[in-house]
Amino acid sequence: MTGEPIVAARGLTLSFGAIRALADVSADLYPGEILAVVGESGSGKTTLLNVLSGLTRPDGGTVTYRETGGLTRDTHAMPAPMLRALQRSDWGFVHQDPRRGLRMNVSAGGNVGERLMAQGARHYGEIRKEAVAWLEQVEIDPGRIDDLPRTFSGGMLQRLQIARTLVTRPRLVFMDEPTGGLDVSVQARLLDLIRSLVARLGVAVVLVTHDIAVARLLGHRIAVMRAGEIVETGLTDQVLDDPGHPYTQLLVSSVLQA
Amino acid sequence: MKGYNFAYLDEQTKRMIRRALLKAVAIPGHQVPFGSREMPLPYGWGTGGIQVTASVLGQTDTLKVIDQGADDTTNAVSIRRFFARVAGVATTTRTAEATVIQTRHRIPEEKLTENQIIVYQVPQPEPLFRLESSRIETKRMHGLADYGLMHVKLYEDISRIGQISISYDYPVMVNHRYLTSPSPIPAYDNPKMHGMAALQLFGAGREKRIYAIPPWTDVKSLDFDDHPFRPINAAEACGLCGAEDSYKDEVVMDDRDGRMFVCSDTDHCEKRRART
Repeated sequence: MTGEPIVAARGLTLSFGAIRALADVSADLYPGEILAVVGESGSGKTTLLNVLSGLTRPDGGTVTYRETGGLTRDTHAMPAPMLRALQRSDWGFVHQDPRRGLRMNVSAGGNVGERLMAQGARHYGEIRKEAVAWLEQVEIDPGRIDDLPRTFSGGMLQRLQIARTLVTRPRLVFMDEPTGGLDVSVQARLLDLIRSLVARLGVAVVLVTHDIAVARLLGHRIAVMRAGEIVETGLTDQVLDDPGHPYTQLLVSSVLQA
Repeated sequence: MKGYNFAYLDEQTKRMIRRALLKAVAIPGHQVPFGSREMPLPYGWGTGGIQVTASVLGQTDTLKVIDQGADDTTNAVSIRRFFARVAGVATTTRTAEATVIQTRHRIPEEKLTENQIIVYQVPQPEPLFRLESSRIETKRMHGLADYGLMHVKLYEDISRIGQISISYDYPVMVNHRYLTSPSPIPAYDNPKMHGMAALQLFGAGREKRIYAIPPWTDVKSLDFDDHPFRPINAAEACGLCGAEDSYKDEVVMDDRDGRMFVCSDTDHCEKRRART
């Protein structure tokens, strides 16, 4: 862990009516590290991700983001244009369903180029060159640059979404179950890809998953959530090899062995 | 005319529209909502333009109305007669003599001056409406100047057919800030909007929006550095006056594939023919 955290959450609370989605959650994310958030369905993982990325406003608590220059900003207090600018350049969001993160009626190249154009890129040739380079990085045949995403398989769609997100070289990426709904061999290749890209670009990632194996493979640190609380946090291997909290023990022991 | 207020609309309505116009001029390219009234013509025939014209028209004004560049088409004739009756203002077909010009689909070829106002009839004021169907979302995009989506559309055009395929209603950036629909004028007319001396007002009656481009405002057609904006026009000269630099309509002459290109701006064409 080097220096100051890039994202720091303190005392987050959020309720949807009687449902307590977040109950006093605090977490830190350091530059270049992958924080895996695990827990069962309804434990508040995705809500936490939405609050950290500024999509949902918490009832209480703060999220601060540390800019490149070292200045810290309150994610939920910054003006809307600034938040939007961060969301489309320095940050990225990878949805579980790639159809939510992609424009399905726009070609693969247009999808990858959109964030560049939103940032002011105005040279068609260079946008296209960048799109080709990114398709290659995520192992999609560059010959399919003008194809519509609906002709792509599920795994390709997810890789396209990752290319579209990483094209602006963000410092911080939020991933919500990026391997959900894919079969095991496709999942393995995707995990490998995410791990190598993230390591190469030095991106900080908050990764939400219900799959302990994914967390073990990708996460540097892990946070175990249950009923809106983080019950245990620490280095991934440490937590998973020697779980302290009874709930973590249950989670680890309920993984099926192949 | 007896029984009608000057220029048809009552004074309260005109005041409301003028307030919207002032706001529109203050924020060039920004769409201002207004309480559009029922007019004695159907939506799509220029209810927005006619309300704006009614609100800016004074007793000493001279009005010109064009439709697709022509002064003698049904819409142009009807709206011109309408104002001659309900406002008693002078009307003309000569661009240079008019103080207010209401237009549909064209900007006159003759350069407009600081003493003139041009009023556009606008069917769809939202340039993003084909790309993003939610008004809430497009409003947010305008608020945050988040126009990447429009460039994605241009990108898609080039990657599919090698060029930008918009030939009319070609989106423009007004005053480096707001993405704006120029109304369905041909892309050929877009450059005329840039730094125009006349005040440009836009009225969308059905959509209940008014926007404006004040004189001498920067108006830039969207493009890419390596695929610059190209105004498109027929390659042939006008069959009547021989003009090459004016925008032409293609007219089918007979059933044996005979066709002819003529200036779409009838006043411009007549003036050129009278000179020779």
